[in-house]
Amino acid sequence: MPLDSNDLAAVWLTLRLAATTTLLLLLIGTPLAWWLARTRSWWKGPVGAVVALPIVLPPTVLGFYLLVAMGPEGPIGHLTQALGIGLLPFTFAGLVVASVFYSLPFVVQPLQNAFEAIGERPLEAAATLRASPLDAFFSVAVPLAKPGFLTATILGFAHTVGEFGVVLMIGGNIPEQTRVVSVQIYDRVEALEYAQAHWLSAAMLLFAFLVLLALYTLNPTGRKR
Amino acid sequence: MSIAARFNVAFPGFALDVDLELPSHGVTALFGHSGSGKTTLLRCIAGLERAPNGQLVFDGEVWQDRATFVPTHRRPIGYVFQEASLFDHLTVRGNLDYGLRRSAAERRSLHRDTSADFSHIMELLGIAHLLDRKPDRLSGGERQRIAIARALLTAPRVLLMDEPLAALDLARKNEILPYLERLHEELKIPLLYVSHAPDEVARLADHIVVMDSGRAVAQGELTETLARLDLPIRLGEDAGVVLDGSVVERDENWQLARIGFPGGHVWVRDGGHALGDHVRVRILARDVSIAREAVHATSILNTLPAQVEELVPDAHPALTLVRLQIGGQSPVIARVTRRSACGLDLKPGEQVLVQVKSVALIG
Repeated sequence: MPLDSNDLAAVWLTLRLAATTTLLLLLIGTPLAWWLARTRSWWKGPVGAVVALPIVLPPTVLGFYLLVAMGPEGPIGHLTQALGIGLLPFTFAGLVVASVFYSLPFVVQPLQNAFEAIGERPLEAAATLRASPLDAFFSVAVPLAKPGFLTATILGFAHTVGEFGVVLMIGGNIPEQTRVVSVQIYDRVEALEYAQAHWLSAAMLLFAFLVLLALYTLNPTGRKR
Repeated sequence: MSIAARFNVAFPGFALDVDLELPSHGVTALFGHSGSGKTTLLRCIAGLERAPNGQLVFDGEVWQDRATFVPTHRRPIGYVFQEASLFDHLTVRGNLDYGLRRSAAERRSLHRDTSADFSHIMELLGIAHLLDRKPDRLSGGERQRIAIARALLTAPRVLLMDEPLAALDLARKNEILPYLERLHEELKIPLLYVSHAPDEVARLADHIVVMDSGRAVAQGELTETLARLDLPIRLGEDAGVVLDGSVVERDENWQLARIGFPGGHVWVRDGGHALGDHVRVRILARDVSIAREAVHATSILNTLPAQVEELVPDAHPALTLVRLQIGGQSPVIARVTRRSACGLDLKPGEQVLVQVKSVALIG
């Protein structure tokens, strides 16, 4: 067996983190994307820019500010302490919070594009057929945006699997708590265990390829409308 | 019982300013050029456009006033868009069920038999064989028929149609028009029909509201309104009258039919109608000429005695519009040159002959 129990724990932790994060992101990202797609408010620009920040920021910058915010003196830290949860840095929950910020644009943007592509007309048609706005959202907008949801889920999951800098800043390197695959690879290389690093890296490479393959075959662009 | 609509609202680059009382039976055409505000008015009536300070009362129910705005999904309307706007993720049956399911309560309160309604509407629009298809496997005409059926299946109390034929080519238009005519005959609810095509209006409408620059410039019963002399100027080449009549004689030999209407009759190309069928004929002002004496050697079939009623200048200074009454009961409009009108010395009250070069049989 080329992978030892430490490697497998890292893989399992990574999958758990990515699944939790993706689920949370779909819950948070869907209303946010819906609002961004349909609002005519002045806030659309600034909010859209903030959502997109993680695409351009170095992960260390994002991780640093999250670390400060979640620390004992930060606003999130105050909140979690007041709620009796304790402090989030160097915990799995902390990683989840950081990952949600980190992968937000990769979920919100495909959803926003999908909602924008639907346009106003199907929702107007739904309204004339007695569907309330909420009803129309679930019975018309969500099914029509299905390709967008697929893209968002795959990208959100894959991007969380691939994070490194933010994890290192927020979570450090605690086995079965915060030591995800990317960190484990880093450790192996640091320890000059190249064979182990190879196995994990190759697995990541294959995973990334399969994810993108799935994305492009399940969701071909230029589909007949 | 009627639809009372008052909207005065400025949109970017355009203002809608109407105060209308629309009849609650038959087909009312909202007619005008593009940009005249007819679609905006229809959208305001549907609640798709929120016009501040608007007032809308339907059969005594307030749909909109200062304090009230009934949202679209609570208004008992059916709406047909210019593009069919079917839901691509559902089959035809899924599309039809969408509104059907959501209007179940209204249907019960009206004691409507859903399955009887369903089969009647399937038959009315000829779509029963399409139920299991996806919308992208349908022709443009089929899509629009499904959209009409989908709207009717919500048991609406008024049907609103926004240029349902405008996105279709001529062949598809001719495919759908007969279905619209059947709706006209069979529907017990009023139909508001937005169109910029005079031939559709002539064929379908009972009443007409002529829109121009966001205002209703004329409205009333179709025949009377079209015979007004202040409208032809706005209608240009499309100016003309529509007369309701019936087939009184068919000439097998020459393939012609004689259409009788109050005060007279005309010969038209036989359109395959049976004796006694109710039909409409449309006579354009540019196809009517006026003579003092009968001209015998002429290719024109239809020469009718008529009385001059009124003369007004047309948009171009060379032209004059003349309204005449055939047999004192049916108006026609003739567009003649001012020189001809002077040469014939036409005056109101005089008896003349009108020669009709072409008559269109519609419906």
